[in-house]
Amino acid sequence: MSSALAVERLTVELGGRNVVDGISFAVERGEWVTLIGPNGAGKTTLLRAVAGLLSYGGEISVGGEPVRSLRRREVAKRVAVVQQSPLMPAGMSVREYVLLGRTPFVSYIGRESRHDDAASESAIARLDLGELAERDLGTLSGGERQRAVLARALAQEAPLLLLDEPTSALDAGRQQEALELIDALRLDAGLTVVATMHDLTVAGLYASRLLLLSSGRIVAQGAPAEVLTEPLIAEHYGAHVRVVDGAVIPVRR
Amino acid sequence: MTSRLWIVAAAGFLVAAVITGVLVGPVHIGLGEVVRSFLSKLPFLDVHSNLSPAEDSIVWDIRFPRVVLGALVGAMLALAGASYQGVFRNPLADPYLLGVAAGAGLGATLAVVYLGGTYWLPPAAFVGGAVAVVIAYAIGRSTGRSSGGATLVLAGVTVAAFFTAVQTFIQQQHTDTLQQIYSWILGSLPSSDWTDVRTVLPYAAIATVGILLHRRLLDVLSVGDEEAATLGVHVGRVRLAVVVCATIGTAAAVAVAGLIGFVGIIVPHAIRLVAGPSYRLLLPLSVLVGAGFLVFADVIARTALAPQELPIGVVTAFFGAPFFAVVLRTSRRMLG
Repeated sequence: MSSALAVERLTVELGGRNVVDGISFAVERGEWVTLIGPNGAGKTTLLRAVAGLLSYGGEISVGGEPVRSLRRREVAKRVAVVQQSPLMPAGMSVREYVLLGRTPFVSYIGRESRHDDAASESAIARLDLGELAERDLGTLSGGERQRAVLARALAQEAPLLLLDEPTSALDAGRQQEALELIDALRLDAGLTVVATMHDLTVAGLYASRLLLLSSGRIVAQGAPAEVLTEPLIAEHYGAHVRVVDGAVIPVRR
Repeated sequence: MTSRLWIVAAAGFLVAAVITGVLVGPVHIGLGEVVRSFLSKLPFLDVHSNLSPAEDSIVWDIRFPRVVLGALVGAMLALAGASYQGVFRNPLADPYLLGVAAGAGLGATLAVVYLGGTYWLPPAAFVGGAVAVVIAYAIGRSTGRSSGGATLVLAGVTVAAFFTAVQTFIQQQHTDTLQQIYSWILGSLPSSDWTDVRTVLPYAAIATVGILLHRRLLDVLSVGDEEAATLGVHVGRVRLAVVVCATIGTAAAVAVAGLIGFVGIIVPHAIRLVAGPSYRLLLPLSVLVGAGFLVFADVIARTALAPQELPIGVVTAFFGAPFFAVVLRTSRRMLG
């Protein structure tokens, strides 16, 4: 069976510079792979290329199909994206927002079918948003917003979920809640998750595998314990840290 | 309130506006008489009109075409305003403020002066309006995304100023048509008859159908270009299609009624306040409420200084400019 995501010799040029510079890796079905790396390493650019938002060199396949040859709508049926700070229009209700996840299944001038409504209602129920369904997006708390965004992505029913810094706007408690939820969704819906994260300890806690990117290349990959090492972090982040039981603790120089 | 109720309420508003528009005037003709006269024109009904030939002509050749034309123009301006606001994700967008109306005005002036005749008015107005919106959008974008929505309006005002200058220059060169163009450019409906209605109708129909078909996608665009793309939408194509339709609608309105400002701001924002921002409901409501709004504005234009007439653009600006100031104040949240 083909990998959920296969990236081969991927290069992305932005502003005359190879922001992603010849990256190859594969993600198997049901895996959670998190991309880590210093600012400007190319993590977000890589995700955007996988989502079909950038032109690229090399090959990206989702479920064995090359992204380049798929129509935009077909990509959207296979890849759902949660952006770092999604625009959530004030005045739109949670229910209307989640229903937008069905966009790839509705014809250009058509309307949502009963099946689309059902899929979006089940995403609302799965993320425990029933009570908030009629609420205005503008009135939600950070954690509630994040759940609404995840519900929209879930309603999309795409097997591959891309998360760009999914919890950077949340406090420690809400962050944990959101990541546990994503992990639970991954297990029961059989999703494959590819995320980017800044917090290394949290990244290590939830990923089955980490890819450390630096200057557009993969410089280390493997289980969290193999990647989150003091020398690797010192070399690529220029940070002085102790790693204790998987926790990355900054220390003063 | 459900969508259906809002539509019914908006349709009621339009009907009230049409009745007021037909009844108000220097010659008193009662509603009952108008209804009888209407029924008498239908086949197979044995109803006789009590109106004298002169009254009949006032109702059917003067007031009705003017009301219908006002409704069409108002519908187009409100719909175009709501559409521009959606595709540019900018609450301040309006056919007048974006310079589209001025571009259309220049196109129409060129058509009057060099091509002569009303047949070419709408297409020429469309070309002028399209050029204006492209330039305004290009200037607005070139200053960067971070500068906020006011930039697009500044760019539009710049374009409008330039196009108006060129238009005035051409107008002064051709003093033989000066009077005709001058009254038209201020925005007016007085000389309207059924010919004008027939001129606008096909363009209005294309614009309305084209835009309403995109109402679901305009909701998708409200989450941003990139997210809309990850939902499978070709953002550029949708934006182009909607801008073309909105510009056709604006051009048709400008070609027959001149420059009437602020309808595209007042109507969609008033609807958002009461019925919410979803374009699925906002766009059809804009058609109905925009139509009714302009018919009422025209009643004010006809009666405020009777027997003189105010240009209708003066009436809409009088109400619209203060309204715009309020929208500007409250739009920071929407501009993000």
